[in-house]
Amino acid sequence: MATIELKADITGNVWKILKAVGDAVQEEEDVLIMESMKMEIPVGSTEAGVIEEICVQEGQTVENGTVLVRVRV
Amino acid sequence: MKTVLVANRGEIACRVMRSCRSLGLRTVAVYSEADRQSMHVQSADAAVAIGPSSPRESYLNMERLIAAAQASGADAVHPGYGFLSENAEFAQAVLAAGMVWIGPTPQVIRDMGDKQRARELARASGLPILPGSARFPFGELGSLEDAGAQVGYPLLVKAAAGGGGIGMRRVDRSEQLRPMAEATQSMAQNAFGDGAIYLERFIERARHVEVQVFGFGDGNAIHLHERDCSTQRRFQKVIEESPAPLLAQTVRQRMADAATRLCADQRYGGAGTVEFVVDADTHEFFFLEMNTRIQVEHPVTEMNTGRDLVAMQIEHALGTLTAMAQSDIDAQGHAVECRIYAENPLKNFMPSPGRLLRFQLPEPQPGVRIDSGFRGGDEVTHFYDPMIAKVICHGATRDAAIDLALDVLGRIEVEGPHTNLAFLRATLAHPGFREGQVFTGFIDHHKRELTVP
Repeated sequence: MATIELKADITGNVWKILKAVGDAVQEEEDVLIMESMKMEIPVGSTEAGVIEEICVQEGQTVENGTVLVRVRV
Repeated sequence: MKTVLVANRGEIACRVMRSCRSLGLRTVAVYSEADRQSMHVQSADAAVAIGPSSPRESYLNMERLIAAAQASGADAVHPGYGFLSENAEFAQAVLAAGMVWIGPTPQVIRDMGDKQRARELARASGLPILPGSARFPFGELGSLEDAGAQVGYPLLVKAAAGGGGIGMRRVDRSEQLRPMAEATQSMAQNAFGDGAIYLERFIERARHVEVQVFGFGDGNAIHLHERDCSTQRRFQKVIEESPAPLLAQTVRQRMADAATRLCADQRYGGAGTVEFVVDADTHEFFFLEMNTRIQVEHPVTEMNTGRDLVAMQIEHALGTLTAMAQSDIDAQGHAVECRIYAENPLKNFMPSPGRLLRFQLPEPQPGVRIDSGFRGGDEVTHFYDPMIAKVICHGATRDAAIDLALDVLGRIEVEGPHTNLAFLRATLAHPGFREGQVFTGFIDHHKRELTVP
């Protein structure tokens, strides 16, 4: 058991959160969608697992490198 | 003296204000928190704060915009492009507040904004339409497979409320159709609050060619020729030009006539653009949609025709436009526009917000127009569009215009955010582009050659 962190790789806004704590995710499955400069930027899980923590809220502005979601893998 | 409020930001706000000034009109800018120091604010005669940086709380907030217009004594509102420019409700609110809306009627905006309805109207005006299905409301995909077979593969699943490439997915085989349709419906339901989708034929090598039209609101309309906007990345235009290369004069004429007919039939008032998808191999063309606003790439048309489209919009709305006939429109030479974006072509065109530590544009010269809303020291924020400038070059021939653009782009200096300047130059210099072999997949197809570090 380990926990991985999904981080923002751009400054932007959290547009949509597609998963809830406890949901299962597949590798590369989108967990949330960021919005920066009018572009949708999906953030996918890098490994299969279960959502442990969602660290941001929809509409929140996040900096490059911010931890968005923790996934137990 | 009449006052125009410009309900926009960046280069288009600055550009609209230039035409206002040339017509002797007073200008009012609106700005969000992030734009307090922006160029468009300093270009205006007066400026009104309209709220926080998020577009939803400022440039998309109708109540605040109407209140700003009233407080500043505006007689008219120009919406620019994007934001509320194609929002019928906003147009209606401006009119209801007793001001002039610089754009077509709310009814036309509503009709053309509903893509299904727009196709029906275009069909009624005799325009060729791409094979497509009826719409499937959210959660209702009953006869999807039959509709897919009728449209033919490959096809696009499109969100009815989508646009600008958002909510569009390609399907190559029938077994992929249902999962893709379901995914698009739930995305559209979440994103737009409207999960309806429809299917449309996908053309393998498509070109995007649009016709600039202008209607006088009384059933009379003219066109100002076409623009080829095929060079795109992720459904976003990067380079636009006119005339469309390697397209027979007869085809261009038929497209222009069709677009003008639609405009006239709608009793359209003001500037508009009729978009067509053209099969790059057969040169068949099909109506895609009509944009009821000024376009980003309108300067291409202005360079060739010598007309000021924004001034025409304003004068038409104020009722002072002198009538013109098709024979009054004369297009000369060739124009190319390049959009400079704060983005990183080496990282899949990921946006690159940040401060412009240096932003140096060449001195003005004949045949070159640069429209920008930024100066050195300005912040390109993540809240808005990544476009920092448009470079439009005009020459006697296509080659001359491209050579000029290569030269001008090479003399623009940007430090801070990543930009697509080197990518634009590589594209302009590419043999396929030089030959005019443009299609919407051009950038993806040649990506490795165009994105050399």
